Formats: sequence, structure tokens, C-alpha cells
Amino acid sequence: MEGNLNLTLKIWRQKNANEAGKFETYQVSGISEDMSFLEMIDVLNNRLIEEGDDPVAFDHDCREGICGMCSMYINGKPHGPNKGVTTCQLHMRSFSNGETITIEPWRAGAFPVIKDLVVNRSAFDRIIAAGGFVSVNTGNAQDANNIPIPKDDADEAFAAAACIGCGACVAACKNASAMLFTSAKISQLALLPQGQVERSKRAQAMVAQMDEEGFGACTNTGACEAECPKGISIENIARMNREYFSAVFTAK
Amino acid sequence: MTKLDAKIPEGNLAEKWTKYQSSVPLVNPANKRNLEIVVVGSGLAGASAAASLAELGYKVKVFCFQDSPRRAHSIAAQGGINAAKNYQNDGDSTYRLFYDTIKGGDYRAREANVHRLAEVSGNIIDQCVAQGVPFAREYGGLLSNRSFGGTQVQRTFYAAGQTGQQLLLGAYSALQRQVGMGNVTLYTRHEMLDVVKVDGKARGIIARDLVTGALERHFGHAVLLCTGGYGNVFYLSTNAMGSNVTAAWKAHKKGAFFANPCYTQIHPTCIPVSGDHQSKLTLMSESLRNDGRIWVPKKKDDPRKANDIPEDERDYYLERRYPAFGNLVPRDIASRAAKERCDAGYGVGSSKMAVYLDYAAAIIRYGKGEANKRNIHNPSNEEIQSMGKEVVKEKYGNLFDMYKQITGEDPYEVPMRIYPAVHYTMGGLWVDYNLMTSVPGLYALGEANFSDHGANRLGASALMQGLADGYFVIPYTIGAYLASEIRTPAMSTDSEAFVAAEKEVSDLLNKLMNIKGTKPVDYFHKKLGKIMWDKCGMARNEKGLKEAISEIQALQKEFWSDVRVTGELNNFNPELEKAARVADFLELGELMCQDALNRNESCGGHFREEYQTEDGEALRDDENYAYVAAWEYKGASDFELHKEELKYENIKIAQRSYK
Amino acid sequence: MSWLTKSFSTSLGKKLLMAVTGLFLISFLLIHCSINALVFLQDGGETFNSAAEFMATNPVIRTMEIVLFVGLLVHIVDGLRLHFENKAKRPVAYAVVDGKNSTWYSRSMGLLGTLLLLFLVLHLSHFWVNARITGTIPEEITMFNKMKEVFASPFPVIVYVLGCGSLAYHLMHGFQSAFQTIGWNHPKYTPAIKCIGNIYAIVVSIIFAAMPIAFHLDLIK
Ligand SMILES: Cc1cc2nc3c(=O)[nH]c(=O)nc-3n(C[C@H](O)[C@H](O)[C@H](O)COP(=O)(O)OP(=O)(O)OC[C@H]3O[C@@H](n4cnc5c(N)ncnc54)[C@H](O)[C@@H]3O)c2cc1C
Ligand code: HEM
Ligand code: HEM
Ligand code: SF4
Ligand code: F3S
Ligand code: FES
Repeated sequence: MEGNLNLTLKIWRQKNANEAGKFETYQVSGISEDMSFLEMIDVLNNRLIEEGDDPVAFDHDCREGICGMCSMYINGKPHGPNKGVTTCQLHMRSFSNGETITIEPWRAGAFPVIKDLVVNRSAFDRIIAAGGFVSVNTGNAQDANNIPIPKDDADEAFAAAACIGCGACVAACKNASAMLFTSAKISQLALLPQGQVERSKRAQAMVAQMDEEGFGACTNTGACEAECPKGISIENIARMNREYFSAVFTAK
Repeated sequence: MTKLDAKIPEGNLAEKWTKYQSSVPLVNPANKRNLEIVVVGSGLAGASAAASLAELGYKVKVFCFQDSPRRAHSIAAQGGINAAKNYQNDGDSTYRLFYDTIKGGDYRAREANVHRLAEVSGNIIDQCVAQGVPFAREYGGLLSNRSFGGTQVQRTFYAAGQTGQQLLLGAYSALQRQVGMGNVTLYTRHEMLDVVKVDGKARGIIARDLVTGALERHFGHAVLLCTGGYGNVFYLSTNAMGSNVTAAWKAHKKGAFFANPCYTQIHPTCIPVSGDHQSKLTLMSESLRNDGRIWVPKKKDDPRKANDIPEDERDYYLERRYPAFGNLVPRDIASRAAKERCDAGYGVGSSKMAVYLDYAAAIIRYGKGEANKRNIHNPSNEEIQSMGKEVVKEKYGNLFDMYKQITGEDPYEVPMRIYPAVHYTMGGLWVDYNLMTSVPGLYALGEANFSDHGANRLGASALMQGLADGYFVIPYTIGAYLASEIRTPAMSTDSEAFVAAEKEVSDLLNKLMNIKGTKPVDYFHKKLGKIMWDKCGMARNEKGLKEAISEIQALQKEFWSDVRVTGELNNFNPELEKAARVADFLELGELMCQDALNRNESCGGHFREEYQTEDGEALRDDENYAYVAAWEYKGASDFELHKEELKYENIKIAQRSYK
Repeated sequence: MSWLTKSFSTSLGKKLLMAVTGLFLISFLLIHCSINALVFLQDGGETFNSAAEFMATNPVIRTMEIVLFVGLLVHIVDGLRLHFENKAKRPVAYAVVDGKNSTWYSRSMGLLGTLLLLFLVLHLSHFWVNARITGTIPEEITMFNKMKEVFASPFPVIVYVLGCGSLAYHLMHGFQSAFQTIGWNHPKYTPAIKCIGNIYAIVVSIIFAAMPIAFHLDLIK
């Protein structure tokens, strides 16, 4: 007993992709406010193991908000109630004693559940593989300072590149749209001189892949931006739209 | 007689690599298409190697245990990456980077490797910029640099506090490009559980599909282990939860020597432990030491709040002890100094195991600077504060936010509490100049090898090394081996060697599942971590190490009789993954203690209490220990030591001084 | 031209179609609203009738009407298609949804649009079908009188007011959304676009809604 929070957890349990899932209810007690949300789940899991039950499966790795692996939909919001944080950065001081917390996996057709709270996000990798790069083989680069880049552009590109690929945008979007994610990469490269050469091809290829993966179309609700742990702006979606439209209407 | 041949090319240090490049055997493009390479790991080392090799035309398979290659723990590196570009015109050069790295490593690294690293460092920056990595820039549009511990030039390139992320995403995008082109096949959520050897050469791996639990056999003409560091042997570290030694350890058991396992880097600026529940530690980038000042109260057990302690009652102990480098001394020194103060009773915070990292002075300094820039002549205190905070926010905002989320305290208002934590492992698989381990065809890159950092790594050098290995070294050096393999056809994975290796793995997993003991895996991991931290951590001594070895052996027994692994063998089962990793950590921990026990000197990340100067600095023994300790696995708890002498032909060994 | 159909059938293409038709409808509504507002002149509908007469006979306007209907049809079909396709992208629904991250009306464009569609069916059957297709409004009965007649009973009034409410919300999101879709997002101008959008949505809807109410209460002479 490290702390004094007692909580009721309603957690989605699903054995694998093929079986139907359902909610299970668990009580945890003595939770410290200094614990991270995942550490609270660790406490539950170790208890489940001791009781001989299967612990709750969830994705996590870095536990410092950068790898993008953790992915819990907590009380109706991806990554929980706080702004600008991932699930692993959420701490229990954001909850109050006696609260019931509902935990679900990211839900989207393009992110099928693997087990419990773990989903398959490899669609994101395929979107990047379709065009989220600059085609420069190792050894082909010129001196790094040959092309000066205005600081503002570099900063803006960085802000878009800060995306951690967590998928919270898809989870938050009522259309399960991956446009924030896709547009962040398209924007990063569109803002930099290095990205110009393949600009038009990139926008078309990435959008096509995004559609093929089964993500929805954006209706500009802005939920993704509000929930994105890295504050990626929907300005990027507008930029992607410009990139895409100018690509399809000008490409030969 | 040593079995170790580092294969360092002949000739003048500065020309070795150039000469090597022009004389290394080549593989022609048609043959490359028939050569398969297994790359385990998708961090900076793995992703850059896989992409570069695929660009050359090899057939590459990439494995990682996360759901995407982009999540390798390189993603978490904050501070920056070094390169001898001398863009700041402050006297940097290849030689100086080489020199700093050897000195920073406390004269325990191989000269030729380090020089090569310094030579290619500039190319890395070029390559990354060309990929679209958005490094920080000045208003003139050129790249910006910051300074880092252990150096007196500004050679660190950075992207806010997310340098590792940006570099990894660059390498990842190059990798995904090759995936899209069909030159690389990705195996995510796959864990490598053994190396397969055929006729003494590494010929593939056994991997477990973590989603279905199925074991798979994969052939490769060569196998590259780019599996990162093993800091998690301490349970609490700044590594990711999944970081492990398994791949390296399995290779070790198949004949690859493990070098310098005891060299562990303890990072001075991490957020202190808050309780038993703690699952990992979070680093606050070293770059914070650029502007922050570290102190403790001059009075023991001072109960006052930090802001209530007046200036003259604060002990800025790093500035006091090391006036030349001050708060920017290398990590090992800064960490030990913090431990020394806390052990002596000057620690702060509720646990008393922390020191202050204070930004108040920097905020005022920046605030005044900003006022000047904006032509405000008599700025009020508030104005200075608010402008200063803005500057600090721009430079370190994400780190400050992180601190606030974790501790609930606002570092703009109160000094941060920090304490050292395990961060990086200089040791790793022994490799020669080609990055090949002692098993032919088996390579180790990045943090997984032992090569370039000696006994202590300088900040911002691991990213440099990982990318150097992957982008610029392995594409050449692998040719030396594969040129002689062009007649080896791809092998069937139904061969005896593969079947036997798979059976070994499956037996091990079955055994773990069937112990059905009473304690969760974490119990053992935590216990191991505590032994390691207490007895093989920041300071070690003979007695403690001997105790540690027997405690670990007892823990191994307990583990193999009492661990409880729930879930199923043939399903997604994180507990089983953890169990297999902890089993390997338990063996590694023992070897680390043995290595630490063997090294009767203090150097870099290895501090033996018996060997220190009068004022508590590390005391090296160059006479007897200027060697790489490479351990061969002989059987359970049985390791044989091989020594690779370190010859310094270009640098005069000296006591490392930062005073 | 296959690239064109292909481009418009991608997710972004469909969005573009929504935005372009939406913006066109917005410009139509501005004119429609301005002309209809002439009834408030209290001149017995004289100005309004002549404007309506002009609109009904001018060949340019008549051609635009065709464009309008095509646009409306595309907007409706594309909108409903998007709505249902998007819905299908999340086969298993969340048990709990905290709606604070976006406005309810931005999430209900399909519903609001459908309400608008129902309104339009009724609306067009009142005026347009009668006037233009079946011609059951005798020549001597002007649009003004027809409105008087329609809004004498309470049912249409309620439907119209509800329709205008839906319109307001549809446009409070739709106006700025259309600009975002075509790529007009700029830190300097976007706040202005949002502001104009909200004013437009509310003012136009209020003027429209005022008509049936005023007629019903016999406030318009
Ligand atoms: C918090 C933090 C901050 C740091 N900051 C800096 C910094 O500012 N500057 C600097 O130079 N260095 C820094 N470092 C060090 C540096 O980040 C690492 O040393 C470096 O990134 C390691 O890269 P890597 O490619 O060797 O391994 P990693 O990036 O750790 O990659 C390991 C890969 O191996 C895979 N893998 C591991 N085991 C297996 C297995 N059994 N089967 C299959 N796949 C496996 C993983 O999936 C992963 O893809 C930092 C480290 C940490 C932890
Ligand atoms: C008649 C039935 C209608 C239906 C079924 C309908 C449906 C929809 C739907 C589903 C959307 C998509 C939501 C979105 O992208 O934000 C939409 C958007 C929009 N609608 Fe409608 N709508 C209708 C009528 C109208 C009318 C009459 C107008 C204008 C006066 C209008 C203007 C807009 C605008 C501007 C958008 C935003 C386009 C964009 O996001 O790019 N709609 N409509
Ligand atoms: C509530 C008040 C409204 C009144 C009193 C009103 C009145 C009319 C009248 C009298 C006509 C016939 C014009 C003609 O045939 O020349 C008409 C046509 C039309 N109205 Fe409205 N209208 C109202 C609201 C709306 C709204 C809110 C919309 C759309 C969302 C709309 C869309 C149309 C359309 C599409 C036509 C046919 C256009 C044409 O034939 O030119 N109206 N309206
Ligand atoms: S855009 Fe934001 S929410 Fe979406 S994947 Fe990237 S970081 Fe996550
Ligand atoms: S939440 Fe969805 S609707 Fe668009 S703005 Fe974001 S993708
Ligand atoms: S675990 Fe890496 S972001 Fe949460």
C-alpha cells in the first residue's frame, strides 16, 4: 500500500483478434498519486498473476512519452484526461479516490485488436513506406550547411516531425481518420528544401496508401489535434490537402 | 595466448580507414542480390544498417520486438549528436573529437575504431540533413550547435530535446523506403531468441512471432545484432521496458565474446525514484547542465525548501571541485559527486537521495540578455523573469514539461531534484575493426557492441556511433566477409542446425511456462536490480561483488523453481517475453560482477572503492588493466577471460582531469 | 479524364467535392436570403415579387439553377456517402466517448445535413415544385402571397424554424471546414474565417427563420 487511491477499473478484455471481447471490472486499492497510469496497471497485473489470472496486455516501451507505443483509451479519451501527454506520462494524481475508470483499446477498423488493449498499427508503417521519405541513398548527401533553411521553416518542420506515431489521432477521430498522422509527415517534408523533389509523388502515394489501409476521411472536427500528445496541428491537414490537390491537378 | 584479433589495418592512424575503404574486397551487384542479411534491431544502428545495405542491393530482413521499427529506444535520446564539423570555428577537428572520446572513455577504447568514428561523424550530419531531419538552426538558416559534457567545443547537433527521435525517424524513413521497394522485409513484434550457427558461421536466427507465439527460422548469410544496451539488468534504468540483453546473450552463449560488461554509465541527471512502484527512470537531458547549476545545502539534512536557502548556504559542489569544467564534467564524475554528497547526508527531497538542478540563475541571465535584445533598458524583475522563462522554455520546454508531469512540481519555479540512474552500457559483444564478433558472420552494431566508448561514453556520442556503424562502417566492412560468401547459396531452414536451435528455444520456453511457481517475473527482476545497483552500481568493492555473485546465483535458482508465467505459449504473452529476458539478465548480472571483480582499478563507469585517489577520484591502473576484458561462455556460471591489449600509439595516456 | 474521377473518389477528393459544393451553396444562400429579406420591407411584397420574378425569368439565373441543383445533389450524395463510409471505419464503437475534444455539431454533419434534406424536400414542394414544375401556383398568386399561405398553418413554420436551426449548426462547422478542406489554414486568417463563418451561419439562419414566424404572426404587411 503506497498510497490511498481506491479505484474501479473497467477494462476491455479480448483474447485475440478473432474472439469477441468484453469489459471486466477490477478493483485496485492503495494506489499512490505518484504512480504513472501504467504503473497502476502493473500493480493490477502483478496481482492478477498472483491470483493465477491472465494479466491485462497493453503496449508500452519507453514509458517517457516518446516511443508512441502506449495506447489506452481512458474514460472516453485517448491517453486519458490530460492534454499533451501519452498514457505512460499520465499520473494517478489526475484521478480521484473512488473513481471508475473505463479503459478501451484504440478502436478503428485499420487498427485491429491483437489482445486486450493491444492493437496492430502497422498501417502507419505502410503509409510511411509509400512515400514518407526523401530518396537519398547513404553517401549521396552534400554538406549539411550547403542549403540554409529559414529557422521558422525548420522549426515548423520539426513541430510536424514531432509526431510519435501513437495513433491517438485515429482513436480520437469519429471517422477513424489518419489524416493528422499522414499530414504531419507530408508537411515536415514539404516544408524543407530536401523534400521538394518528390513532393507531388509523395502526397499522392501517401494519401492513396492511407485510403487503402481503411482509415476514414477527415471532416475537420479537430478532435485529433485536441488529443494529440505532441500537439500536432491540423494546419498540417490543410497543408496536406494543398499538397495533394496541387499534385493531382498539376501532375502530368 | 589470446584468441582475439582486432584486425586493425596497418598504417598511420589517420589513414587506416581511407586505405581500408579502398582495399576492402567488394561484392558485385549481381551477387549482392543473392546475399541475405538478417538485421536484428531497428534502432539507429539497425535501421541505418538495414537501409544502407538494402540500398547496396543486399536482401535484408529486419526484426524488432516493438510494433514498429520507429519505436526502438534510440527514439528516446534527447540531447544531441556529436560531429567534428567545426561549424562554430571553435577549434574542433577530427583529431580533437577522437582525442576527447578516448580521454572521455578513460583510455579504455581502441584508437583505430574511435578515429574512424570521428572521421565519419561529419558525414552522418550530412546524411541526416539530406533525409529531412529538422535539426535546430540559427536565424541565418545554418545548423546550430550546443556544448555537452566532457568537451570544450560546441559540436553537438540537436533537434530540441528530441534528437534521437528525429535521427531515428530519418533512419526509419530510409528503411521504410527500402521496405516499400521490396528490398527489406520487416518482422515487427518478433523477438530473436537464438543465433543459428552452421559450420561455425552465423547463418540465421530463431525468432518468436510475439503475436501468435510461433517460432520461426530465418536464414541469413550474415547476421547483424543491433539490439541496444542491457541497462535493464538494473531493473530501474532510463532504458525502455523492453530493452534487453537476450539477443546479445544468446550470441554470447553461441560463442561471441562479451567485452567489458561491467562498464556501466550512470547518468547524473535523472528524475529520482518516487516509490516502490517505480518501473523505470526518466532522464533529464545532460544539456540541462549547460545552463542549470547543481547544488546541495551546505547544512546536513537541511529541512528548508530550496528557495528558502540563501545563496551562501548552497554548495555548488561541481563548480567547487572542478572549476575548469564545472557543471559540465563527464557523466561518471558528475554522478559519483552526487552520490558522494547524498551519502554524506546532504541529499534533498523526501528520500534525501537527490540534488538540486537549479535554473534560477539561468532564467535571470537569459532574461537580461533578452531585455537587451529587445531594447528594454530598465527591465523590472518580473519582466526579466518572464523573458528568461521564455528563453528557457524555448530551449528546454519539453524537458521541463516532462519533469512537471512526473513530479507534479513546476521547475520554472522550484529547482528540479535529480539523481543518477543507469543509462548506458559501454560493454557489449566484443567486435573487431569490422564490427564482427568472435563468431564469423555475426556482427554487432550500436550500443550492443563494446567498441568505441571505452570505460565511459561522452554525451551525444552514442547516436553518433550507432549511425556511424550503420550508415558508414558496416556497408564497407561486411563486404570483407560476404565477398567470400558469394558461392554460398541460401540455405534451407530445414537443416539440422536450424531444427536443433529451434528445439532448444522451444524447450526453454516450455520450461518457463511449466515452472508454475508463485512469484511474478517482476519480483525477480526487481530483486536482481537491487543487488546490481547496491553492489555493482556507481561504486563497487570486492566484498560486495563477491556477495552479489552468490546472491545472484541463489536468485537464479529461485527463479527457475518459483517463477510464475501466466498466459499461453502460443498467444501474445508479454509475461513470457519478460521471463525469457529476465532469465538472461540473471546470467549477465553474474558476469558483470565477475568482470568488475576482475578489474582491480577504477576507470570511467567502473569505480572500485579500493582504487581511488586521496580526493576520491578514480585511480586507473594502466600497467595492468589497459586491456579489453572479453569473456567467453564456457557453461553456466563459467566464463573464461581473454584480453585484448590496448595500444596507444597516438595519444599519451594521462590521468583524466577536468579540474 | 479517368484521373479526375479517380482523384475525386479518394478520401481527399470526396472532401474537396464537399467543400466546393458547400461553398457554392453558401453563396447561393446569401443571395436567396438577401432576396427573401425583401419581404421585410413591408411593401406588400412588391420589391420581393419583382426580384423573384427577375430570378425566375433571367436565363443566366435559370442556368445557374441547374448548376445549383447538380451541386446540391452532389453535396447530398457525396455527404451521405462520406458519412456512412466513415462510420464503417470504426466497426466496434467505444463504450465511453468524452465529447469535449470537438463540438457536437462538427461530429453531426451527416445528421444535420439529413435534417436539412428533409426540410428541403418540404421546402421545394411548397415553392419550387409548384412554381416551376407542376405550375399549380396560378400566375396571379405571387411568391409573396404563396409564402403567406404556406406559413399560415403552424406545421410548416415549425419545420422551417427547425430547418434553419440545423442550417445554423451545419454552417457553423461547414463554413470554416470548407476552407480547411481546400487548404486555407493560416494562423493569421483562420480565426477571421471562423468568425465570419459563425456570423454568416447565425445571421442567415435567423433571417430565414424570421420569415415564417413573421408571416405566421402576421407581422408582415
Ligand atoms: C533516455 C536516453 C537518452 C539518451 N540520450 C542520448 C543522447 O542525447 N545522445 C547520445 O548520443 N546518446 C543518447 N543515448 C544513448 C543512445 O540513445 C543509445 O545508445 C542508442 O540509441 C542505441 O541505439 P541502438 O541502435 O544500438 O539500439 P536501440 O535503439 O536500443 O535499438 C534496439 C533495437 O533492437 C531490437 N531488439 C532488441 N532485442 C531484440 C530481440 N531480442 N529480438 C528482436 N529485436 C530486438 C529492438 O526492437 C530495437 O529495435 C540515450 C539513451 C537513453 C536511454
Ligand atoms: C441537403 C442536405 C445536406 C446534406 C445531406 C449535407 C451533408 C453534409 C455532410 C455529410 C457534410 C460533411 C461534413 C464535413 O465535411 O464537414 C457536409 C459539409 C458541408 N455542407 Fe452540407 N449537407 C446538406 C446541405 C448543405 C447546405 C444547404 C449547405 C449550404 C448552405 C451545406 C454546406 C456545407 C458545407 C460548407 C460543408 C463543409 C464542407 C467541408 O467540410 O469541406 N450543406 N454537408
Ligand atoms: C425559411 C425561409 C425560406 C423561405 C421563405 C424560402 C423561400 C423560397 C422561395 C419562395 C423559393 C422559390 C423561389 C423561386 O422559385 O423563385 C425558394 C426556393 C429555394 N429555396 Fe428557399 N426559402 C427559405 C429557406 C431556404 C433554405 C434554408 C434553403 C437551403 C438550405 C433554401 C433553399 C432553396 C432552394 C434550393 C430553392 C430552389 C432554388 C431555385 O429554384 O432557384 N431555402 N425558397
Ligand atoms: S499525429 Fe499526434 S496523435 Fe497522431 S500519431 Fe502523431 S503524435 Fe500520435
Ligand atoms: S479528428 Fe478526424 S475529422 Fe479530421 S480534424 Fe482530425 S481527422
Ligand atoms: S510507452 Fe513510449 S510513449 Fe508511452
